[in-house]
Amino acid sequence: MIPFPYPAALAVALFLLGLLGLLARKNLVFVLMSIEIMLNAAGLLFITAGMRWGNPDGQIMLIFVFNLAGAELALGLAILLRLRGRLTTLDGDGATLLQDSP
Amino acid sequence: MNLLWLIPALPLLGATLLGMFGPALGNRISAIIGTASVGLAAAIALTIGAAWLHQPPPGNVFVQPLWSWITLPGLSINFTLYLDPLSLLMTLVITVVGCLIHLFSTEYMESEDGYSRYFAYLNLFVAAMLLLVLADDLLILFIGWEGVGVCSYLLVGFWFSKLENGVAAQKSFIVTRIADIPMLLGLLLLSTQLGTLNIQNMLNAAATQFPPGSALPTLAATLLLIGGLGKSAQMPLQTWLPDAMAGPTPVSALIHAATMVTAGVYLVVRTHVLFLLAPEVLHAIAIGATATLLIAAFAGLFQSDIKRVLAYSTMSQIGYMFLALGVGAWSAAMFHFLTHAVFKALLFLSAGAISMRLHHEQNIFAMGGLRRKIPHAFWAFLMGSASLAALPIISAGFFSKEMVLGSVWAGGPPALWVAGITGAFLTSLYIFRAVFIVFFGPVTTEPSGTYGIRILLPLGVLSLGALTIGWLETPDFLGHRQTFAHFITPGLTRSPIPFFIPLAGCLAPLAGLVLAWVLFRRGTFHALAARPPSRLARFLKSGCGFDAVYNATLVRPYLALVRALRQDPVDGLFTGIEHLAVTAHRALRKIQNGRLRRYAGWLMAGSLATIAMLCFA
Repeated sequence: MIPFPYPAALAVALFLLGLLGLLARKNLVFVLMSIEIMLNAAGLLFITAGMRWGNPDGQIMLIFVFNLAGAELALGLAILLRLRGRLTTLDGDGATLLQDSP
Repeated sequence: MNLLWLIPALPLLGATLLGMFGPALGNRISAIIGTASVGLAAAIALTIGAAWLHQPPPGNVFVQPLWSWITLPGLSINFTLYLDPLSLLMTLVITVVGCLIHLFSTEYMESEDGYSRYFAYLNLFVAAMLLLVLADDLLILFIGWEGVGVCSYLLVGFWFSKLENGVAAQKSFIVTRIADIPMLLGLLLLSTQLGTLNIQNMLNAAATQFPPGSALPTLAATLLLIGGLGKSAQMPLQTWLPDAMAGPTPVSALIHAATMVTAGVYLVVRTHVLFLLAPEVLHAIAIGATATLLIAAFAGLFQSDIKRVLAYSTMSQIGYMFLALGVGAWSAAMFHFLTHAVFKALLFLSAGAISMRLHHEQNIFAMGGLRRKIPHAFWAFLMGSASLAALPIISAGFFSKEMVLGSVWAGGPPALWVAGITGAFLTSLYIFRAVFIVFFGPVTTEPSGTYGIRILLPLGVLSLGALTIGWLETPDFLGHRQTFAHFITPGLTRSPIPFFIPLAGCLAPLAGLVLAWVLFRRGTFHALAARPPSRLARFLKSGCGFDAVYNATLVRPYLALVRALRQDPVDGLFTGIEHLAVTAHRALRKIQNGRLRRYAGWLMAGSLATIAMLCFA
C-alpha cells in the first residue's frame, strides 16, 4: 500500500506539468496533449483519494473523466483538422480570428 | 361715438398690414399707412371728444360691448371698451401726439433700414396703449399692458445689430416683466376675492366688501402698484428707462410722452378707489415718488447725452405725477400728464431734429452755438425746456406743476412740498444747462442738411401746445379756471392754498434758470465736464448707483447661476454613469485578443483566486 502523499504529489506534479504545457506550448497538438495530462492527473487524484478513504466514488469519477477526455479529444482533433485546413498552421498564437478588432 | 372701436383697431390694422406686406409696399406707402392709421384714429378721437364736450353721454360714461371673451362659472371676461373723461383724455393724447410722432418719423427715419418694420412696431405700440386705456376689464388692460412692453422691447432694440441696443432692450423688457408678475398676482387676488375683473364692478365690490385700511386692499393695491412702478420707471424699478434711449429718438418720444411710462399713472388713477382703501400704499407712493424725482433730477444734472438728460427728466416728471397720486390729487396728476405728454414729445422730437443735423451726435459738449444755425430746433427745444422747467405764465408745465405742488401742500406733509419745489429748481437748472450748452457759446460742430415740412409741422404744433395748453387750469391768481379738473371729475373744488405756494412755484424755476446762466457764463459746466468726475458726481450721474447695486445683487448671481447650470450638473450624474460604463468597456475589450494561451492563463488565475477565496475566506 503506497501511502497517500506520494500518488497525490505525483498527481499535482502531473497537473502542473500539463498546465505548463498548456500555457507554454504554441503547437495546438501539444496543447491538447497537455490537457489530457491534466485530466489524467485529476483522475489519478480521484482514485488515490478513493483508495485512501475506501470510497468507490473515486473510481466512478475516473470513468467519467476518461469519457470526458475521449469526447474532448475527439472534438479537439476535429477542430484542429479544420483549423489546419483553413489556416495551414497548428500555431495557437496565429489563430486569433476571434479577437475584438480595434 | 359708436366708432370708438376703430380707435384701437385702426393702428392694429396698420401694424398688421405693415407687418405682413411691409417690405413689399415700399417706403412711401409704408409711411402713409403708418401715419394715416394713427391719424384717422386721432380724427375719430377728436370727433368723439368734440361730441362729448357738446353733449356728454348719460352718466358721463360710454360703454361699447364688443364680444364675450371668456365665460367661466364665477368669472366672465367681456371684451368691452369703456370711455369716460379719463380714458378720453388718454386716448386724445395718445392718438394726437402719436400721430405727430409718426409724421416726424416718416422724415427722421427716411435713410434707415427696416422702415416699414419701424412703422409696424410703432402702430402696434399705439394700438396696445389704446387698448390699455380703453379696456373695461383688468384682464383686457393687461393685454394692452403686455403689448406695450413687447413693443418697447422691439423698438428699443430696433437697431439690433449693435449689441448694447439689444442689451438695453432686454433690460427694459426684463425689468418691466419683473414688475408685471406682482401685477398679475394682484389681478388674480382681485378676481378670486371679488369674483370679477371688470374695473367698475370690481371697484364697487371693493368699496363695499373691504374695510378701509385692512390687509386685502393694501395687498392688492401694492401688487398693482408694483406693476405701475415698473412701467412708469419709478424707484426702485427705474433703471431701464435711461438705457431705453438706445432706440430711435421718435420712439423715445412715444415711450416717454404718450405711451408706456404713463401707463402706471393711468392704472393708479383708474383704480384709485382701491388705493383710497389703502392709505399706507398712498403714503408709500408719495415717498417713493419724492425720492425718484430728486434722484432723477440730480442724475439729470450730470448727464452729457442729450437724450439721457431727457430720460431722467421724464423719470422726475412721472415722479411728480405719482407725488400727486400719493396725496390723492388724481386730476392734478392727469393734468401734469397732459402737459408732460406735449412738452416731452416736443423735447424729444427737437432733440432728434438736432442730432439729425449733426450726424446723430448726442453728446451736448460736442454741440454748441446752434442757436443761429438751426433756429427751428432751437425755438422748439427752448419752448419744451421752458415748459419742463415750469417757467411761470408762459409755459404749460407751470400750470400743471403748480396744480401738483398746490395739492401736495394741501394734502400732504410740508416735507413733500419742499422736496417738490427743490425738484422744480433742479429741473430748471439741468434742462437750461443743456439748453445753454447746446445752443449758446461758440459753434463746435457745423450742422448739415435742412428740415422738411414733416419735421417742422409736428414741432410747430407741439410748441404751440407746450405754450398754451396750461390755460385749461389756472391757479387762483390767474383767473381760477378749472376746466380740466371739472372735465375729469365734475364738481371738484380746489382747497385754498396760501399765497407763497404759487410764489415759490414761480421763483424756483427762475432761480434755476438764472443759476444755469451764471454757471454757463463762467464756464463751470464745461470745466466740470472736462475734469475727471469726482466720486459724488459719478454716483449722482449713475442715478445713485441703482444699476451697480442691481448688477451686484441680482444680475451677477443670476449669471453665475446660469454659467453653473450651463453644464447641467444634475444631468452630470447620469452622464457620469454612462461614462463609467464606456470606460470600463474600453478597458475590458482589450483582453479579448483571441490568444488562446492568454485565455487559459486568465482561466487559471480565476480558478486560483476562487480556490484562495474558498480556502481563506
